[in-house]
Amino acid sequence: MKLQIEQPTHLVDISRLPLAEIEDTPEGGLRLGAMTTNSQVAADPRVRARYPVLAQAILSGASGQLRNKATTAGNLLQRTRCAYFYDTTKPCNKREPGAGCAAIGGIYANTAIFGASEACVATHPSDMAVALSALDAKIETESGAGEARVLAMDGFHRLPGDTPHIETELRPAEMITAVVLPPPPPGGQIYRKARERASYAFAIGSVAVAGGKVALGAVAHKPWRAEAAELALEQGASPAEAMAAELKGARPDGHNDFKLKLMTRLGAACLTTTGAGDDQ
Amino acid sequence: MSSVKDWAAPTPISENRSGLIGKGVDRYEGRLKVTGSAPFAYEVEAPSPPAYGVLIASPIAKGLVASADISAAQAAPGVRLVWTPHNVPAQGERGAKINPRSQRGANPALAARIEHFGQHVGFVVADTLENAKAAAALVRFEYAAEPADLIFEDNFAKADQPEGEEDVRVGDFEAAFAGAPVRLDETYVSPLQNHAQMEPCATTAWWDGDNVTVHTSIQMVKGGQHTLAETLMIPSTQVRLLTRYIGGGFGGKGQSYDDLTLAALAARELGQPVKVAYTRQQMFQATIHRPAVHMRVRLGAQADGRLDAFALEAVTHCRREAPFTEHAANFARSLYAAPNRLTGHRLVKLDIPAAGAMRAPGEASGMLSLECAMDELAEQLGLDPIELRLRNEPDTDPETGKPFSTRQLVRCMTEGAQRFGWDRRNPKPGQVRDGRWLVGLGMAAAIRGNFLLPAKAGVRIDADGTITLRQGMTDIGTGTYTILAQITAETLGVPLAQVKVELGDSDFPPAPGSGGQFGAATAGSAAFAAGMNLRKALAELATGDPNSPLYGDDPELVTFGGGNIAVDNRAEPLERLVVRAAPEGVYVEGSITPAADARDYSQHTYGAHFAEVGVDPDTGEVRLRRMFGVFAAGRILNAKTAMSQITGGMIWGVGTALHEYNEVDPRYGSFIAQDLAGYHVPAHADIVDLSAMFLDEVDDKANPMGIKGVGELGIAGAGAAIANAVYNACGARIRDYPLTPEKVLAALP
Repeated sequence: MKLQIEQPTHLVDISRLPLAEIEDTPEGGLRLGAMTTNSQVAADPRVRARYPVLAQAILSGASGQLRNKATTAGNLLQRTRCAYFYDTTKPCNKREPGAGCAAIGGIYANTAIFGASEACVATHPSDMAVALSALDAKIETESGAGEARVLAMDGFHRLPGDTPHIETELRPAEMITAVVLPPPPPGGQIYRKARERASYAFAIGSVAVAGGKVALGAVAHKPWRAEAAELALEQGASPAEAMAAELKGARPDGHNDFKLKLMTRLGAACLTTTGAGDDQ
Repeated sequence: MSSVKDWAAPTPISENRSGLIGKGVDRYEGRLKVTGSAPFAYEVEAPSPPAYGVLIASPIAKGLVASADISAAQAAPGVRLVWTPHNVPAQGERGAKINPRSQRGANPALAARIEHFGQHVGFVVADTLENAKAAAALVRFEYAAEPADLIFEDNFAKADQPEGEEDVRVGDFEAAFAGAPVRLDETYVSPLQNHAQMEPCATTAWWDGDNVTVHTSIQMVKGGQHTLAETLMIPSTQVRLLTRYIGGGFGGKGQSYDDLTLAALAARELGQPVKVAYTRQQMFQATIHRPAVHMRVRLGAQADGRLDAFALEAVTHCRREAPFTEHAANFARSLYAAPNRLTGHRLVKLDIPAAGAMRAPGEASGMLSLECAMDELAEQLGLDPIELRLRNEPDTDPETGKPFSTRQLVRCMTEGAQRFGWDRRNPKPGQVRDGRWLVGLGMAAAIRGNFLLPAKAGVRIDADGTITLRQGMTDIGTGTYTILAQITAETLGVPLAQVKVELGDSDFPPAPGSGGQFGAATAGSAAFAAGMNLRKALAELATGDPNSPLYGDDPELVTFGGGNIAVDNRAEPLERLVVRAAPEGVYVEGSITPAADARDYSQHTYGAHFAEVGVDPDTGEVRLRRMFGVFAAGRILNAKTAMSQITGGMIWGVGTALHEYNEVDPRYGSFIAQDLAGYHVPAHADIVDLSAMFLDEVDDKANPMGIKGVGELGIAGAGAAIANAVYNACGARIRDYPLTPEKVLAALP
């Protein structure tokens, strides 16, 4: 809004809704209220003990000041964007559907290697969402009419297709009320993020592993669930083989080719650390 | 004219009887800044309620503003004026006459001819910032775009010798290089960087009759005053420019920008104060930057490491209409001995924003090349990198043969090596691991010139004993207020609390400002001279006053200390003398000019950097583990602020090696990174264990106080030490800065 990219006529203040609690669920998981802050979630002893991948992911994101203000739902709903999105002198299909994409043919390299389209090559910037994807989190919503829905994390964010301005399955007048974590999966958890400086930088590639589940960050318009890698692991592949299987589907564009080597190594290292690739 | 020999005599500064010189006293204005009560230019309260200006930037790189429709903006709520190239008031030609080194061409603000992306083409003033922003979005421009040269590397063929410059040759480089038994020929690339000051360019302006008062954020008071006077076509005496607090300059605020011009013009037009500040994006696109530099280094050595042949040739770029050369080869002219030498520069003119001075212009880029080349050559020769440098240590300036004023480079290296634990370095790369991290050590030398410019200062003592130093100097966050207070207090023998310092006002005796690490020596020497003149005036006052216990004494024998004026054991407090003998106070001025024979010496500051880094073989990420520097920069005035300057420079060197770069979009001519989230400077987490020390030194050829600059020395060579450590850690020699994970990963096996 400061850059006049969004110029809404009305703003609705939801800051006083009672959605800032972290509660245990009867199933043995946790319900994170939509308004819980990133700092609060990352510091919660239950999150740290049972979902270290989530605490690690959140703490690797943004800066301390931003994490104190950012909320669970707000983090999920941040725009999938690239440098050209901010520059209103350039065409961007997210800002103005049909205008074109300045990133294609540009020199910004932190773009998608999975699921990009002719309309958009941006990557989702959240670290938290990558961990939630690996954890198979569920998203609880409520509409203005009071209708409640539960969406799977993996299906919540969309690939760009030819409508990159529509980034989630959230409907008009519907809001997130909570994110529900299922009971922690058996097996190790880890989040690792590669970035150009030690803090306050978006990932140029990240990996979340929780049990045998794997999600990748900074590679697609959404947190990228590495289903091919998971399948390969189930079939006895080594960590390196599993990542190779996943990256077979990648489509680098010449500027972001480094992400293949990066994700191969980072993914294999995370799988090795958590023991996800061991024969058991 | 004076001689440097006059500066060897004892002074109150060298005697340092109160111990204020060198003491790490707190910042003079520190409390104001940390409590948010130091008014920066935009926050200065105007005499009546101000209006707010917003700038509109060109989305094209080259061409003309064909038309502008301002009707909707003019009709928007609260709007006071809307200017475009078609209705902006006439402005005088500027820059060329007063400040020939200005990186800014003579074009006025809001010119119809567009010379780079982001050049300002529109200006809206409204009753609130929000109304001005909203109205600015309603101005409709049409442009006639023209083809532009935007990419440095694509235009190498157009590189020319900078006007008025020649390559510098000593001996016969080509023959010596061809005949050298050991040779190195490599090219190193440093990227385009932006200043990224915390405080953007900003101005608050108002008029009183024919006189304008401007509070603006600028490093050079007089330059800004004269430039604005030229623009407004009024005498400089009708322009009062103030710049009391500055949130970072780094060379980027050595000149004024459109905020100053347009705030002053609009305030005149409206008869109302006007405030204008650049946005963060405008700071990137519409100020200056450090240009990218390609540096070819050729070294020819004997088997024992002695250099026979040395060449550093730099190609860089500037804006087509604003010539500026990043002199990346100059530092090397005084660094290592070699009988056959070649240094020079080539310049490519582009249609992008202007290149200009940024902290240690020349050294900051240039040392990234030679200091890595020396590391590479040392490995070829099987020598320790320090040993190679020791074998090429010159006795006199290697290009001119002039004696060095002082040169403690060798001690910086040897002292640093011992304290850092350099002997633990394994010369074979890729041998040391700590967990998953590959660990390596690297070092580099540092050199940066030292300068003294003409300056004046005024000092007065009032009847209550308060001593006030006034100078048209700036403090850009470096500690100028503080060191001037220390110099004044020590010179007059009074406690610090008795001294006030007032800076940043064109009504005060002029000093050249902050830049080129000449600020402390230049402004400080003038302040010292003023203090000495006040001593003289007070001594004469006391010895001529029948009511003084010093009456009839020889003024030459008068001493100052503990707030008293004295001869032998006869003394009285300064305020008692002044209130009795000169109740209206005593005011004197002092000045400094460079010594006639100053150029008979090769004069520099020196240092050595040592760095330990970790490289993550999974990701190519490099993390600093520790860094230490040893520096020799004359007498140190304030241990705390000097250390902040030096370590701040080193931190910028870390950023230069690992993080900082910007790129030009080949279609639009705009920078990719336009804010501080996208343009990466080191965060706290990047700087873990970083420290420095100063060697004892007094350079009596530098100025009457024997001090030298520290503002730019810290960045010189720092990035090369990091790059050398990266090589030692993992065996990847990357000659294209910064060493991002992408480049390191590509170089890893």
